[in-house]
Amino acid sequence: MASLWSRVTRRSAVGIGLAALSVGLLPVIAGAGRPADKILVGHYASMTGKEATFGQSTDNGLRLAIDEINAAGGINGKKIEIITYDTKGESAEAGKAVTRLITQDKVVAVIGEVASGLSIAGGAVCQQYQVPMISPSSTNPRVTMGRDFVFRVCFIDPFQGFVVAKFARENLKAASAAILYDQSAPYSKGLRDEFKKNFEKMGGKVVADQAYNAGDQDFSAQLATIRSGSPDVIFVPGYYTEAGNIAIQARKLGITVPLLGGDGWDSEQLAKIGGDAIEGCYYSNHYAPDQPSDEVKAFVEKYKKAFNGQTPDGLAALGYDAGLILADALKRSKSLSGKDLRDAIAATQNFKAVTGTIGIDSNRNATKAAVVVQMKGGKPQFVAKVEPESQPAKK
Amino acid sequence: MLEKFLQTLMDGLAVGSLYALIALGYTMVYGILKFINFAHSDIFVLGAWLSYSMAIMAGLSMQSAVPVAPWIFAALGAVTVLAAVMQAWDRAGYDRVPAAWRGRLPTPGLGGTLTIVSLWGWSSVGLAFAARMIATGAAESSAWRTVAGGVILLAAMSTCGLIGFCVERTAYKPLRKAPRLNVLITAIGVSLLLQNLGQLDWMFGTRPQGMPRLLPDVTLAQFAGSETVPPVKLHLIDVVGAGTAVVLMVALDILVFRTKLGRAMRAVSYNDRNAALMGIPVDKVISFTFVLGAALAAAAGFLYAQKYPGLGQTASATWVLLGLKAFIAAVVGGIGNIRGAMLGGLLIGSAEMFARAYQSPSVADIYVFGILIVVLLFKPTGILGTNAQEKV
Amino acid sequence: MSDLRHRAASLSPGFVPTAVLSILPVAAVLGIAMLAQLWLAPVLANAGADFFIKMGVDILVAMVLAISLTMVNGFTGQFSIGHAAFMAVGAYTAACIVYYGSYRFYGNANVQGGLVSSMVYGVRDVPWFAWADALFLGALLAGGLVAAGCGYLVGLPSLRLKGDYLAIVTLGFGEIVRVLVQSQTTEVLAEGASVTPDHLRMIPAWGSTLAVDDYITAEAIASAPVWVWPKYVGGALGFGGLPFYTSPFWVVLVAGLTLLVAFRIKSSSYGRAFLSIREDEIASEAMGVNVTAYKVRAFVVAAFFAGIAGGLFAHTVGVQLNPAELGFQKSFDIIIMVVLGGLGSISGAAIAAVIVTILPELLRTPDLLAASWPYGLGGVVLGAGLIGVLRSGGRSTTLGRAVLFAGLLVAGLGLLALWAKGSEVDLGRYRMVFFALALIAMMILRPQGLLGVGEIWDRSFWADLVARRSKGGVS
Repeated sequence: MASLWSRVTRRSAVGIGLAALSVGLLPVIAGAGRPADKILVGHYASMTGKEATFGQSTDNGLRLAIDEINAAGGINGKKIEIITYDTKGESAEAGKAVTRLITQDKVVAVIGEVASGLSIAGGAVCQQYQVPMISPSSTNPRVTMGRDFVFRVCFIDPFQGFVVAKFARENLKAASAAILYDQSAPYSKGLRDEFKKNFEKMGGKVVADQAYNAGDQDFSAQLATIRSGSPDVIFVPGYYTEAGNIAIQARKLGITVPLLGGDGWDSEQLAKIGGDAIEGCYYSNHYAPDQPSDEVKAFVEKYKKAFNGQTPDGLAALGYDAGLILADALKRSKSLSGKDLRDAIAATQNFKAVTGTIGIDSNRNATKAAVVVQMKGGKPQFVAKVEPESQPAKK
Repeated sequence: MLEKFLQTLMDGLAVGSLYALIALGYTMVYGILKFINFAHSDIFVLGAWLSYSMAIMAGLSMQSAVPVAPWIFAALGAVTVLAAVMQAWDRAGYDRVPAAWRGRLPTPGLGGTLTIVSLWGWSSVGLAFAARMIATGAAESSAWRTVAGGVILLAAMSTCGLIGFCVERTAYKPLRKAPRLNVLITAIGVSLLLQNLGQLDWMFGTRPQGMPRLLPDVTLAQFAGSETVPPVKLHLIDVVGAGTAVVLMVALDILVFRTKLGRAMRAVSYNDRNAALMGIPVDKVISFTFVLGAALAAAAGFLYAQKYPGLGQTASATWVLLGLKAFIAAVVGGIGNIRGAMLGGLLIGSAEMFARAYQSPSVADIYVFGILIVVLLFKPTGILGTNAQEKV
Repeated sequence: MSDLRHRAASLSPGFVPTAVLSILPVAAVLGIAMLAQLWLAPVLANAGADFFIKMGVDILVAMVLAISLTMVNGFTGQFSIGHAAFMAVGAYTAACIVYYGSYRFYGNANVQGGLVSSMVYGVRDVPWFAWADALFLGALLAGGLVAAGCGYLVGLPSLRLKGDYLAIVTLGFGEIVRVLVQSQTTEVLAEGASVTPDHLRMIPAWGSTLAVDDYITAEAIASAPVWVWPKYVGGALGFGGLPFYTSPFWVVLVAGLTLLVAFRIKSSSYGRAFLSIREDEIASEAMGVNVTAYKVRAFVVAAFFAGIAGGLFAHTVGVQLNPAELGFQKSFDIIIMVVLGGLGSISGAAIAAVIVTILPELLRTPDLLAASWPYGLGGVVLGAGLIGVLRSGGRSTTLGRAVLFAGLLVAGLGLLALWAKGSEVDLGRYRMVFFALALIAMMILRPQGLLGVGEIWDRSFWADLVARRSKGGVS
């Protein structure tokens, strides 16, 4: 038995091995070619890692939009296919994912990221290879700056800071405000700068300006300082996890004034974390699920149907809009080359999307309205809409 | 001025006692095995998340109670069946197979361990169910909520202890004789594994969650304060948190310095080979140390979740930084020294809070790392560490 | 090794100076680097395989990091877990010099290099080597030197500290570097951004031409004094907008030279001193080795190469320099490579760098994996055959077992991917779980790493590979 085995292997093992290897090559070579009747679009997002919820929401929204377009016949008979790559929330990984999407999968356009730092990294690659990119929700001004292939469908931080300041001054009639921001997050810092500038310009007074770091859990020192300034409102431009904790600790210290936030608050987890403490607080957002608008109603209905009853958050809505705007540009584009597609995206005007009527301005940013919502009964409720016309013109 | 100082001191001690609880696990493992168990902070995270899951399961949150994931029962059932099979194998099977095969078949001894694991697992689930029964039976009574919380604390400690036991037996025990760097890499591997498993949808998922409050929000006492300066408030939760931490630390201290088991632990830590010669079951003592460390970390996780209800997902930067600070506390106090870990925890916690309150939160971490480096440079073995001479 | 030197000696008939012989390998590395840049990269780019170039660059940068850490953790047996901090120091130094230097000399931050740093392959109407390449090279060296200086500072405490304590100091150093960069302003001086009062306070010279809310011009950036450069490095948002200089030429050159230096150190009296410290500090002290001095030297050399790798990393396509990603988790990644390859093995570290960089990318899409199971089967058959061919008396060879094991692994992963595709399980979410499991399994099953202390260029390594295993022996 043993001798037979060894004779067999001695003679033919190498031969069989090589044969198996060549058989194995076939599927790889066959799989290399992609079907030509599809338009490939890349999406890079943090599907795992510390910002996984952002990527997953965006991907859901984007896929909903693309499925809809494909069901309606696609782009001139061609279906769109989305390839999603994970970035783990790391910029080096984002650069790698985008390079792979462009050079290996040969996508015609790239959608992504939520976090501004990652969008800047991915945008540099898109610019290098001249493939248009649409960021659904990176609000830092630097994302599109100096890159003519990079667009976005959301408003930028300066506008949001202005919206919250205006809302605080005009709707809430706040005379004084305190700020508690995450100084390690550019998003938070950008909002804080713009809020402070605008709030003071509108005649308000910033009585306390406190900072914390990402990952901090204890804010009692900062809140104690804020308490001694007795402000009318507290602006907390951060993400919902910290916002929830800050609200709880503020109430514990006896601070009862409303907290204000930006779109980083937008998540159903906000109410779960903050509980009663977050009730009555306000934040600005890209859209509100209960907004009086036909597009929003239709979108919320479709999304709930597709993702077993989940209420879409702002990121999902922006992912959806990014998909719609890209599809619209693909329809109008002369060819699928990067330059033609870029021109088509840049020409987008008055596009009726879920998060408002979107126009792409000369800096490749979207001009559109923002909404302010209030937390009531654990759910955000639409309060006001602030139009972009009133944004201070920048020199 | 005094108010601010008192407030900061209280915060520092509250946070510091939690650091100390985590640091104990680092320091005990280092004392015995001379390696830094980087996966320890992930056990702490697991403790926090398990407390959350059990509280949700018990229906203590705003949402309605959710059922236990069926895979837990499936996994526990599988372990139980395997344990029964291995027991039979140990008792009767092994002796009956021909001697020539024995070299290739598992040697007896696994049955007992697996039985322990399965019984332990079932009792942890049982504790969680007890919490659920208490919670549903007591409806809205806040006193019973607190009792349910206590049971959840025990259940989380038990479950994490079990996980610590399994990790030690599967990942670290085979490496007892390997270079320390290898064990360290394994610890990093275990840490990565726990972080990434925790992120999966069938575990805890990636969304941050809010821990339901199990203690009534009561202010116990107020100090100072005036018209303009708000008073310093002493909250029940801080007292209970720090109190539980202190009770656990005192219990541990008694265990290590006053009992036979503790003497065995100290003997193994001093010299494991000689301890074995004296008839001390070294493997069991090491396993026990891991279980103890993991249970304390779970308690810290539970208390932490009570104090700061916003739980980030298992791979979140918050946890990594917390674990790092607890580890630094262990080093500053003198790694390997149990009382040192407690002192280090309180010191690091207060230093952080004072830097936060009196300078700026952004430099707090620099202070923490700065203390570490200063202590290491001037007394490398830590504040309470003894100078063990390394032998040739 | 010794027979290599024998051959070298037999090559030199006496009149060829040794200096020429030692320059030869450097020239060879330069030649290979040129070949990679001017032949291999264009061929790959023409075949539409740009991504392989990108992966190659990433792999070689990882290789430089792994090999440099091998000098500290592998050769000298010290335990540094802050290697990414040296990388960060080098990266930020180089990035400052290249970014702001480009503005100063060329008025913008685009790539101005010649053929050696061009990644538009096929364009030939540029010089081989432009002044901008010298700027990049100088920046790399400066980054390396600054990192080496930090290495000296961190290495000094090893006067007092041993083993784990040193590890903790390096960890602390790494975290301090990260926190310091993160606490900077998130700005980078870039064209089109607005001037803020902070700018005017920091750069008084701007006051004469610019006012608050004006756009920053290229001339203004060029006129920013050197001492404000380190302030505007993007803080927590990352240093974006860096020109992509890191071409195949530069990475092959640096990786080749690092390999060469590590190889020469290992086989020199320095290397022996390092290794003796690793084996037994007290005994080597007794033999007259100045333990502290050698430890510090190991730190400095390793930090130098890590700094250069950082400079390369900063200018790679698709990289946004970010302090959060150069923290201790990055250090762990490098340690994993070193231990995976085998502590003290240069070639092992290099091979592990390849594996660790490629594996997550392979796990990204299950398609490629699913297609690879037949290879695994081939590997199993081949391994069985090798065991059969090379065995005697029931003993198998290491090579046969290795091929068998690799085959099983590939086939198993392939079938898993096939199943995942069929049942629509997203394997991508599990990739870090697999990675962690593989790491633990590796440490338990083969604690000495892939190559142990062996090197693939040692004859004894290959001899061991096909030698019959004695029963019960450790491979």
